[in-house]
Amino acid sequence: MKILAKSPWVVHFNCNSCNGCDIEFLACLTPLYDLERFGVLHIGNPKHADILVVTGSVNHRNARVLENVYLQIPDPKVVVAIGVCTSTGGIFADCYNILGGIDKVIPVDVFIPGCPPRPEAIIDGLVQSLEKLEAKRAGKKVAPARKPTFTFRPPEEAEAPVTPSPAGSAGHGGKE
Amino acid sequence: MWSDWETISAFISQACPGLLTVIMVLAAPLVGALLMGIDRKITARIQGRIGPPILQPVYDVFKLFAKEPLFLNRLYIFYAWLYLAFMILVVVLLAMGQDILMVLFVHAFATIALILGAMSVRSPYSRIGASRKIMQMVAYEPILILFVVGIYLSTPHPHSFLASAVMQLKQPLLFTLPLLLPAYFAAVVIKMEKSPFDVSSGHHAHQELIRGVTIEYSGPFLALIEIAHFYEVFILFLIMAMFWSTNLWIGAGIALAGFFAQILVDNASPRLTTFWMIRFMWAGPMLLALCNIIWLYGMGRG
Repeated sequence: MKILAKSPWVVHFNCNSCNGCDIEFLACLTPLYDLERFGVLHIGNPKHADILVVTGSVNHRNARVLENVYLQIPDPKVVVAIGVCTSTGGIFADCYNILGGIDKVIPVDVFIPGCPPRPEAIIDGLVQSLEKLEAKRAGKKVAPARKPTFTFRPPEEAEAPVTPSPAGSAGHGGKE
Repeated sequence: MWSDWETISAFISQACPGLLTVIMVLAAPLVGALLMGIDRKITARIQGRIGPPILQPVYDVFKLFAKEPLFLNRLYIFYAWLYLAFMILVVVLLAMGQDILMVLFVHAFATIALILGAMSVRSPYSRIGASRKIMQMVAYEPILILFVVGIYLSTPHPHSFLASAVMQLKQPLLFTLPLLLPAYFAAVVIKMEKSPFDVSSGHHAHQELIRGVTIEYSGPFLALIEIAHFYEVFILFLIMAMFWSTNLWIGAGIALAGFFAQILVDNASPRLTTFWMIRFMWAGPMLLALCNIIWLYGMGRG
């Protein structure tokens, strides 16, 4: 029986986000999307949580805090990274203090692309993470997630999907 | 025939002595969990959401048992067990028709076990939650004591504190304790951790003060506290049903009405600060309870 998937409690950690992804994540909990109908509770405490939701581009200052929050969650646990900042650093990628992706600090199980992602995408990512949560409980080896390799621009701008450079500039192509 | 508690308990205890206690100890957490599930569903519908399944509290507890047992020290695990054990003891005492004063004290010990557990770790959130829990006890315990005094005065001469004596009353408790019902209801709202009194830990604001007393409990140990809370929910509404002990159906109706009323109060009211909670409880419900006791003395019940 899939016990863990029926009651995933989420702790949300904002490491240096612009709050766009945070607001989209909170929108998932509003009456319009109502994540609680899947048993999801937005819990403030890592010791009660099953899923760590991270937003923002991690930097040297808060990498230690992020790792600390991750270590306080009892196993089995999964990490869901929301937004392009968590995978590459996003529009902050070129800043001197940005590490460029939270996977350099903690293992990530699901990357949700977007700047910010829509609530539907976040719910989809959480549902994908539940499968990994059950696999971890069954004792299977779960490989870390692969980073999103493309993103979309609005139709009037985009000719083709953009591939980010290793430095990661998926969110702000064409500004310079 | 089946609306009479005497008939049912006599029937069960004739069939097998002690069976009633076993049934109540086993059924109490299930009933409590179902009530909590219905509570979450109704709250969600009031807020325009679909809401989790009714069995969600059960899923939560099973999930918590599947998690890794992480703990800081052995003492606070012991207090979690103690909290659960005292709650089960309350159900046992009620099922055996024992002293209601004793039930009140054991119930208070259960809450104190939770407070001591929260005090035994070094988290400041836990300490704040514990001190607020003590303030909650200061707010509602006098009302519960007056309630027990009211029950004592309602029983025929010579008075008795026994729960079995309440079950043998010729007229419902509500006729002698009309003002104690709203006062007890206010105490229930505190015990259920509902707005406007959810100052130490709440069921909706999971982030605020990081849920106070339970912050350091995780996995199976949090599950123990959840199960103890299921027992507590059952106990609170069982005692509310005792207000009409002569007919089980009317008693259950009063308990259900109280249950829905506390959901409404929870959704309709903002949170009071800790000291406003004490001011409110001592000025309103406690005054009602005192008036009821004085009235009972005036009726020559003393």
